[in-house]
Parts: sequence; C-alpha cells; structure tokens
Amino acid sequence: MKPAPFDYARPNTRREACELLKKYGDEARLLAGGQSLMAVLNMRLAQPKVLIDVSAIEDLHYIERRDDYLAVGAGIIQAELLERPTLVDEVPLLALAMPWIGHAQTRNRGTVCGSIAHADPSAELPLCLLTLGGEVVLEAHRGKTRRVPAADFFQGVLTTARRPDELVTEVRFPLKKPGSRYCFREVSMRHGDFAIVALAAVIADQQVDLGIGGVADRPVVRTLSKGERLNAELNEFAWSLDAQDDAHASAIYRRHLIRELGSVMINDRSATEEGPIHAIQS
Amino acid sequence: MQSKADTRYRVTLTLNGRERSGYAEPRMQLCDFLRHDLGATGTHVGCEHGVCGACTVLVNGRASRSCLMLAVQADGKQLETVESLAAGDELNDLQKAFRKHHALQCGFCTSGILMSSMEFLAKSTSPTEPEVREMLSGHLCRCTGYTGIVNAILEVAEERNSGISRQTDINKENNNV
Repeated sequence: MKPAPFDYARPNTRREACELLKKYGDEARLLAGGQSLMAVLNMRLAQPKVLIDVSAIEDLHYIERRDDYLAVGAGIIQAELLERPTLVDEVPLLALAMPWIGHAQTRNRGTVCGSIAHADPSAELPLCLLTLGGEVVLEAHRGKTRRVPAADFFQGVLTTARRPDELVTEVRFPLKKPGSRYCFREVSMRHGDFAIVALAAVIADQQVDLGIGGVADRPVVRTLSKGERLNAELNEFAWSLDAQDDAHASAIYRRHLIRELGSVMINDRSATEEGPIHAIQS
Repeated sequence: MQSKADTRYRVTLTLNGRERSGYAEPRMQLCDFLRHDLGATGTHVGCEHGVCGACTVLVNGRASRSCLMLAVQADGKQLETVESLAAGDELNDLQKAFRKHHALQCGFCTSGILMSSMEFLAKSTSPTEPEVREMLSGHLCRCTGYTGIVNAILEVAEERNSGISRQTDINKENNNV
C-alpha cells in the first residue's frame, strides 16, 4: 500500500531535529534508513502526523574508536559498519552478527542506531549491544544529552527508554576483551527472515554472557557459569523467557534451541567460525 | 527543509547519468516517482514493504529498495535503474548471460535482481555460489528456481575476470615492446 499523508521535515543539524521533536513529540516519527519504518508506514500500521528525516544531519555520520568502545553515529548505515576493515578486531561480535541482518539490499540503507531505536525483539543489533553491555546516547533540545545502558534502554516490543523529545545520536559498543571469545548463532525460516531464536555470547574463562533474542519481548542477557552447572543454567534461562507459540515456531522448540545451541556455542570452539558468508567484501 | 503533506516538493536527481526533476508529495515512494513522474517503468513494484526486491535500484551505487525510500529522500542522489544497463538495443554482459541461462521467465523480478547483481559484481570479483545465493536472498523469483540466475551471475564474474587478465596481458606485452 501507500503511506497515509504526513508532513515531512529534513533538518540539517541535531539542534534543528531536537527542536522539531520538542514541538511535535508523540505526533512525530523519526526516519533514518527507513528499512523498518517505511514498511510500517506503507502498510499504514503507523500514521504519524510528521516524519522527521535525520539522514541529512552531516555530523551524525561517524564511526570512532574511543578509549574502550566503538562509537557509531546515527547517520551510519549497517553496510558501512560491516565494511569497516578493523571491525573484526574491534567488535568481533558485530562482524559475526551483522551479516544476519535482513539482506545486503536492506543493510545498504538501514542504520545501526535506527535498528537499536526500533527495538525489534528479534533484531540482531539490539541483542549485540545488550550482550556486550553497550550504551545508547540520546539528545534532547538545548543540547541536553544522556547515556542509557542497553540493559535499561530496551523495555519491550518496539519500546525503549527514549523519551518522545529525544533523538538517538550514537550507540557505543564495548571493544573486544582480551581472552574472550565471541559467538553468534541464529535460526530463522530463511536467511534474512526474523529470528526464531538468536544467540550472542561473550565467552570468558569461567563464565559466559549469553544474550537471547527473538524469544522474550526484548533481548535478554544472563551471565552463566561454565562447567557442570551450565546445562541446568541454560535450561533455567530458557524457561525464564516466557517463550510463546507463534506461526513460525512453538515455545517448546524455542527453549530447545536455546539449550542445544547455547551448549554447542559455549562448549565447541568451532562454533566461533560459523556464520553466514559475507556476500560483499570490500 | 520542511514540506506539508499536501504540497508537492521539487525533487532533482541524477537518473542514469542525466539530471531529472519532478514533483512529489512527501509520502510518495521513490519507485512510484521513477515510474509515474520520470517514466522509468523498468523498475517494478511488488510487495511495497521491502520483502520481494523487485523495486531494487542503485542509490549512490548501493542496491536499495525504492519502495522503502521516499522520493524526497532521493533529492540530489545518483540513481541507476535497469534502463542504464543496455546500450541501445545491445544488452550488457549480465543481461546477455541472463538470456543465455534462462535466468528469467516472466521477468517481473529481473530488473531488481540485475541491479543488485551489478553492485555485487562490482564489489565481489570472484564470488562463490553461496555468496551469490546470499545476495539473491534479498530477491524473490517465483519462476526460475534461481539456478539459471546463479549460473548467469557466476559466468559473468568469470568472464569479467578473464577480460581483466587478458587486458593485463596486453598491457604487459605493450610495455615490453
């Protein structure tokens, strides 16, 4: 279908964008790459009064390596981050997970921050940010900024801690920790479909931070201990997520995938290397 | 810039190397602007929510869904559509290979697949079959079963590579002389 009519604004600065947000609040939707929002608009599931397009704001277009994190500005598309030659050394989990986001053609427009702000429970980027313990930077009018840890940012299906007058300007992914190993696995009906279950793991000597997407109403991370108790802890984790039956998979199957794939990822080194093929190499 | 829902905004873009202009309401999708205002009907419109890939065009060199982009967002951008491929009646190498390998039947999905493949082949010079199939995962074709499409793309990659090596050999010979 075609979207319902809306007013359109394309600010050139963050300040202008934040003033528009203050003026319109809930009546406005922010548009960046549009790979989720445009589909929603076309199907008329959302009919905002105003669309604020932030893609022309030049100073949001940056990827910067700072002390212990990689900062990604709201203007950066997923393909640009994935094509970064040093990404695999900086944030290896992203290098493993990002090829699973949609398709090459949607990664060419979809933004990194847009996916975080959209907060789809099955999306890869929110899961990675949460599992790594990253942060979201928000800006409101008059340059008021605040940082929100990923654990507080994701609050439910398509629901975040962002206030109606705030713009997500940056997300921060913690850099690779020496001695840790990173894994990502996903099960979906076809490559590029929404995840039935997605697992992201940071595996250290004694413990594992395991993040699960696609099951609960938001991504969830839990620290598990390696060794004898692991399978019992995986089982408890799987049951804690309140998995639902839907058209794609049953709750039983989702819990099964968490137990089995969780165990494979954490115990089997070879799982690190598994991932889809990078179709586009730069 | 700000534009009201019921006013038409002037959009100027470069389409296949030529500057073109038209007027679009904010809600107009890029695919409709290309077809109805600029007459570039080679781009097809399928699902209108980013799943089928039929409307894929190149925006500043990157394969993108033109149904998930507003016409006003394309203002000032470089666009390439399927009309850019053939030189008059002479099909380009990729189109010829599609014809040879029966990589299309009804042809509805083909223009999108050709544009994605153009970007893919420019970036990935020696692709493997799984890489081609992963790129194609962003497109639906209900006629071919994809085998012909995969074969055509792999053949073009190989031909372009041998073309480059032939050219390098010629250059070497010339330099030696």
